Amino acid sequence: MSQPSIALTGSGAPTKGKRPATRSFWRNVLRRLMHDPVSLMCFAVLMLILLAAIFAPWIAPHDPYRTSMARRLIAPGDARYWLGTDELGRDLLSRLIYGGRLSLFMGFAPVILATTIGGTLGVIAGYVGGAVNMVIMRVIDVFYAFPSVLLAVAISGVLGAGVGNTIFSLTLVFIPPIARVAESVATQMRAQDFIEAARATGAANWRIVTAHVVPNVMSPILSYASSLISVSIVLAAGLSFLGLGVTPPEPEWGLMLNTLRQSIYVAPLNAVLPGVMIFITSMCFNLMSDGLRDAMNVKQ
Amino acid sequence: MLIYVLRRILYTIPIAMGVSMVCFALIHIAPGDPLNAIIPEGASPERVAQIRTAYGFDRPLPVQYLKWLGHVAQGDFGESIMTQRPVMSEVLPALVNTLTLASAAVLFGFMLGCVSGVVSGYLMGKPADRIVTAASIAGVSIPHYWLGMVLMVIFAVNLNLLPATGMGEGGSGTFGFGWDSLQYLILPALTLAVIPAGIIARSVRGTVAEVRQQDFMQTLQAKGLPGRRIFVHVVKNALPAVLAVMGLQLAQLLGGSILVETVFSWPGTGFLLNNAIFTRDLPVLQGTILVLAMFFVLINLVVDVVQTAVDPRIKRA
Repeated sequence: MSQPSIALTGSGAPTKGKRPATRSFWRNVLRRLMHDPVSLMCFAVLMLILLAAIFAPWIAPHDPYRTSMARRLIAPGDARYWLGTDELGRDLLSRLIYGGRLSLFMGFAPVILATTIGGTLGVIAGYVGGAVNMVIMRVIDVFYAFPSVLLAVAISGVLGAGVGNTIFSLTLVFIPPIARVAESVATQMRAQDFIEAARATGAANWRIVTAHVVPNVMSPILSYASSLISVSIVLAAGLSFLGLGVTPPEPEWGLMLNTLRQSIYVAPLNAVLPGVMIFITSMCFNLMSDGLRDAMNVKQ
Repeated sequence: MLIYVLRRILYTIPIAMGVSMVCFALIHIAPGDPLNAIIPEGASPERVAQIRTAYGFDRPLPVQYLKWLGHVAQGDFGESIMTQRPVMSEVLPALVNTLTLASAAVLFGFMLGCVSGVVSGYLMGKPADRIVTAASIAGVSIPHYWLGMVLMVIFAVNLNLLPATGMGEGGSGTFGFGWDSLQYLILPALTLAVIPAGIIARSVRGTVAEVRQQDFMQTLQAKGLPGRRIFVHVVKNALPAVLAVMGLQLAQLLGGSILVETVFSWPGTGFLLNNAIFTRDLPVLQGTILVLAMFFVLINLVVDVVQTAVDPRIKRA
């Protein structure tokens, strides 16, 4: 048999008073996170980027869409345009602030969708077992057999550019790994004594799943999903960078990198700026995900 | 062992079938009539009719799939819309270029990852370990297409040490082993190496630390074995897991190189795929993806089998 890749954690066998037990598990996780300086710092940076993106119209110093041939590619450090301007003379700082909206959204949405869909599929496959498991997991295996970037590019490439298509293709890429994690944990759960006991007392399947299985598979799934956010942000921006994601003139970090690439010989500093945002965001999510994993004590 | 290998190969067949189905479906999820998507522009009505029957577009989907599979099994992936050449003659040279790039990247990544992983595995919790850990997290978080641009700015634009794009003088598409060719390989391979380096460093660190905690390590130390001889034992025990990670990373890079190939105009499969997407050359797109995915499945199979051969304790179902 294959080694379980993810160890079970959580409140263990919740007997009586299982609700409070679950709640205190999450409270513990939160408390440990609050004591982790790295996670806290990353959280602060991400909140800054997020809030700036949300309140962009009030914060951004200039209109992110207004072009001007007269002030193209001003170098960063300008008194009026702090981070310079892009190849069409649009203010880079404003576009980076506005860009957070789409970049963060396109990074988050696929992970949330894939966690919901993949988690559900995995729990069903693991809990029901038998032929249902067989059908679900073999289909998942097929999609898992593609290199992730290739699958995302293939689907986006065929469907064409657009925010919706990008989210769709990335969701499809992330469902298989999440479903595998969920299935492996749910299968282990099925053999646990307290599940057996619940079944012996005549609890309905639905109740067993919602009260016992789901709370226990939550932490490995969330821990894994959190590690995907950074991948998703880099990939979503990457699709835009290829011209397969957001369409111009929308401000988005990956697309900005794409259009500024033509100016790399003329204004290298301006050209690499949007990538700094992608890097910082992805790095912060990665570090926070590590912090979350430690706080939940999930071994991967 | 033989039975395991056979079972593992048998298990791969349905996966490969499934992968081919997904590739087949790609043309059908494309907006518009799939027939229009694969016919060269300005084809004569006779040619259209010929393609229609050859690919069975007048038949139900399962029949179409089987017909298509029959063609693919014989190496016939259709014709490129743009160049009118067989898709295979476009994909194969590109695949060689991608493999060259990916192998170089994995080699870079392996060296970098192993050295830093061993160092931090031995010095758990010390500053050196912290630095390696931070660097490897940066390595897996970095948008590598952006790193490619940064390296290009530094080494090609500012220092003018290395060529920025392409694969050789005057758009040469063949790779030799002299400096003429190697200088074009360095930047894209280094860019692509960052992710495997980070992942390998993390896994080496974990494995080394794990091996060092096992009981037989204490025995070795107790019987007075010098440090470098103990190190041999550490390497021996850590190697299977690390080799597996390396194999899987090579497989991932086949698909992952698309962004870097685009940045550096490296004439590999990723570059081909990108062009195919923007010229709506669906036969080339489909062929490239099918070939890459099959290669991916194959590498995974080889990694599993080799890993089991090296360390029979792991038998993956």
